[in-house]
Formats: sequence, structure tokens, C-alpha cells
Amino acid sequence: MAKRIDVSDLHIYYGNFLAVENVNVSIEPRSITALIGPSGCGKSTFLRSLNRMHEVIPGARVEGKVVMDGVDLYGSDVDPVDVRRQIGMVFQRPNPFPTMSIYENVAAGLRLNAKRMKKSDLDDLVERSLKGANLWTEVKDRLDRPGAGLSGGQQQRLCIARAIAVEPDVLLMDEPCSALDPISTLAIEDLMTELKERFTIVIVTHNMQQAARVSEQTGFFNLNGVGQPGRLIEFNPTEKIFSNPDQKATEDYISGRFG
Amino acid sequence: MSSTRTTPPSPAGTRRSVRRPGDRVFAGTAKGAGILILVILAGVAAFLVVEAVPALTAPAEDIPGESGLASYVAPLVFGTLLAAVIALLVATPLAVAIALFIGYYAPRRMAQGLGYLVDLLAAIPSIVYGFWGIFWLAPKLVPFYEWLERNLGFIPLFAGPASTTGRTMLTAGLVLAVMILPIVSAISREVFLQVPSLHREAALALGATRWEMIRMAVLPYGRSGVIGGAMLGLGRALGETMAVAIVLSVSGGITFNLISSGNPSTIAANIALEFPESSGIDINTLIASGLALFVITLAVNMLARAIVNRRADFSGAN
Repeated sequence: MAKRIDVSDLHIYYGNFLAVENVNVSIEPRSITALIGPSGCGKSTFLRSLNRMHEVIPGARVEGKVVMDGVDLYGSDVDPVDVRRQIGMVFQRPNPFPTMSIYENVAAGLRLNAKRMKKSDLDDLVERSLKGANLWTEVKDRLDRPGAGLSGGQQQRLCIARAIAVEPDVLLMDEPCSALDPISTLAIEDLMTELKERFTIVIVTHNMQQAARVSEQTGFFNLNGVGQPGRLIEFNPTEKIFSNPDQKATEDYISGRFG
Repeated sequence: MSSTRTTPPSPAGTRRSVRRPGDRVFAGTAKGAGILILVILAGVAAFLVVEAVPALTAPAEDIPGESGLASYVAPLVFGTLLAAVIALLVATPLAVAIALFIGYYAPRRMAQGLGYLVDLLAAIPSIVYGFWGIFWLAPKLVPFYEWLERNLGFIPLFAGPASTTGRTMLTAGLVLAVMILPIVSAISREVFLQVPSLHREAALALGATRWEMIRMAVLPYGRSGVIGGAMLGLGRALGETMAVAIVLSVSGGITFNLISSGNPSTIAANIALEFPESSGIDINTLIASGLALFVITLAVNMLARAIVNRRADFSGAN
């Protein structure tokens, strides 16, 4: 439950293209860490490298270390499938499985992990996960309906329920609210604040107010120009980043002078 | 994605909306093309019915075999369905496996070449398949049939006696399977490639292995496409004429014995073989059997449509 992640000297590549350069950072358990920065600066790429989703893209690879509670996730004897079972992910666009019902969507990860589960246990877990995602009261009468029939905000909470159902150690969120309206966004932000009691959360966001509202730590990514690798410019407590950042570039970005 | 259905704001008959000429022309052309299909289909159906009527109303002893139209057509219908079902049962799993291999397992460069080769199978004329079946495949299968008879003879399908030429219902079914393989696998491949990476990544991020990802995201999403491809293949297998006419050794009626030399013919092969020597009521009889094939094909397609639509809510198209 809720582990810490230490990243050291991490370089991330797409083929021969260096996308993110030399990241060193420690992500604390039971807190929300926000990653901000302009488009194309590599924050999503960095996030995806934390649960080895980066290498799903042909040619994509990393150099360096990502250590979770003493285990290097890129060690030669580590199975990326196991990494992803411990580190859940929520994507920018809600992506419930269109061919599955709401219930099956939440149970999907459990079906992968557990060999056999009693129906009643599974029912309990699905209910608990949907309650954890603040979705239970809205869908409890239509669990057998397709997940794709929900509204965008509900779909995203369904995806969160699906991710937390397998009790991961860490939850990665890649701009989870960028496709949602302000009310759904608020619902998900409240949810994140609840979830950080149990999980380590890392969120990528374009919305600086969101980073300021929900996170304890903030990392600012930037790049010098198109074709240049992205770099982690500054990583500090959120309060400091938004009031008195160490770097000039950070101050320029959060004050809206560019980006 | 939530469904974005727009309701046309049409206060009944108050005013006509402005329409551009280009729009009107295009709408007319599209409508015309749609109607043309119906006209052709109706024309074929009308021709078959009109020409089949003399055979339908003729006394039983005028029909070839002298025991009525039903007992003439029944073995043909049976043979047609049996050969097509064998082809489908063999080809569909193989085609899905090929499509998955090309889409998700093969190295990219190899996948392209392989896909091209499979497509090439569709370009071979059916008469060539017929020759391949009778001169190459059938003799090669004889020892296999003998083995089946010896070891699995207690199953009625393999009761034997095993054909010494190999020109059996099973051989015909296998030749048909090879013929429909490219259709089914090409369509399966296309639908599998269209599975949004969003869904595939959703499965992978949950900790799915590649095979689990395929089971969770790819196969359910591609299911209706695979069924559609299989039905196209079935349509070809049902109507295939030359290959079956060459390969299948015909004698005898309805039997589930797949490896003997006594097999029912299929409708299309029978028409091709009998037509040159037919006249008068015999031709009407052949056309009546053609009408039966038309009805079967129509029924198969409607059935497939019903299967695809049954879980339309979950299709992923919304």
C-alpha cells in the first residue's frame, strides 16, 4: 500500500530521440504529486515511464532507475506486467471497455489478478471500488449496462474505480480532467483528496489551479525548444512553487508569461 | 464516448430548409445506388421464382430421380450446408489466429509481407483450387482418412469406408476453407487494427499480458467484424461451384460420413455439372435448387445480422 518512488538519472527515448532528459525526483507516499508544464515537455512521457507503459510504443525505451520501495522497476528480472499491476493508471480520455458492462469494467483488473473469486466477494469489491470512486449511487441500479453509456465524468470515475479495484500501490493520472466539465472535474479532485489517504498519486495536469488545489508536491517540466529534450526544471512543495519558485522559468510559466 | 445523436428540428411542415444543389445531387445519387441494389436483388429473386414454378408444380415423376422436387433438392441443400460448415469451422479460428499474429505478434516488416501473401490466396481462381484439391490435397489426405477410420471410426463422421481417392466431403470442405481463409482473415485483420489504442492501453495498464489484452480489448471489439467476415466467407463457401464440382466424388444422398466416397453434391456444383445436359423441366428443377440456395444465403446473412445486433449496445460503436 502506498509506496514511495525514487527516480534517478532517468532518460526517456522514442527510438533515438531523447524525449526527457535526466530526471531525478522522489515521490512521497500518501500524497499527491502534480506534474505541470507546457505541451510536449515530456510530463506525460515521464508519467508513463513510471509504470512501464512508455515501452508499449514501438521503439520506446528508457535509461536510468525507477526504484519503488527498493525494487528497480526496470531491473532485468522485473516483468512489466507485474509493475502495471502495482501501479495503476487513469488516462486523459475516459476509456472504459466498450464491450463490457459497468460491473465487468470494474471487475476487469480483478479477473486478471485473482484466479478464482467467489461471486459475493467480487460483488463486494466492485461495490467498494465504485463507492471509492464516488460513483456507486449513480450506477448501482444499472451495473449491467454498458460503461460507455455513462457521461464523460462518470466514465472517468468508472476508470478510477477500475484502477483502484486492484488495490495498486501507486495511482498515475494523465490529465484525468482535461476532457471533463468543471463539475465533473471538482468531483474527481475531491475524489483524489480522499484517495491520497490510501494511495500514492501522481497527476499530470495542464490546469495550474488544479495542481495548486490538490497537490502537496509539484514538478515543473520544460523544454528549450522544439526537438530538444524535456527536463524537470523544478520540484518543490506546491506552496513554494506557486508563491516563491526557485527558478525564473517556473515563475514565468505559473504567472502565465508563456505556455 | 457518449452518443452524440442530434434530433432534427423539424416543426412539421412549416418551412423547407435551404438545400444546396450539390447536396441534392449527392443525396439523389446515393439514394439511386441504394435502390439499384434492391432492384437487382428483386430481379434475381423474381427470375428464380418464375423459372422455378414449373418444377414446383410438376408431378413428382417428371423431376430427375422421379420422386419429387423435395427429395431431389434435400441432399443438395444438405451437401451445400455441410461443406460450407466444415469450411467455416476450419477457416474461422485459423483466420482469427492469422489476423492476431499479423496485427499483434509478428514483427512489423514480416506482418506486411504475410498479410500480402494471405490476400494473394484470394486472387487464385477457384478452378485452380479445384485442381489443387483433386491432384494434390486429396491423395495426401487418403492415409489420414484411413487413420481416422481405424482409430475414430466409432464416430459417425469418420465411419468410412475411407475413400481411396480422397475426394470426400471433408476434402471439399478443406479446399473451401483455404478459399475463404483470405476473406475472413483480411476482414478480421482490419477490425483488429481498428481497436483504439486507448482500449488496448487500458488493458495493459491494468496489468494485462498481451494475450489478456487481446482477450479483454481486441477480440470483444472485433467480434462483430469477425462474424461479418465469417458470413462473407460462408456466402462464398455456399455458392462455390468449380472447386467443389472438381473435388467432390458424388454418389448417394444425405450422410454425415465425411470420409467415404459416397457424398451428396452441393447445389452450385450440381447445377454446373448437370446444366449442359439438361432441357425442359430439368432446367426448371436446377433453377428451383438455385432458389433454395438463394433463400439459404439470405437466411444466413439475416442470422449473422441478428447475432451482430444482439449486443449492439456493447459493440463499441457508440
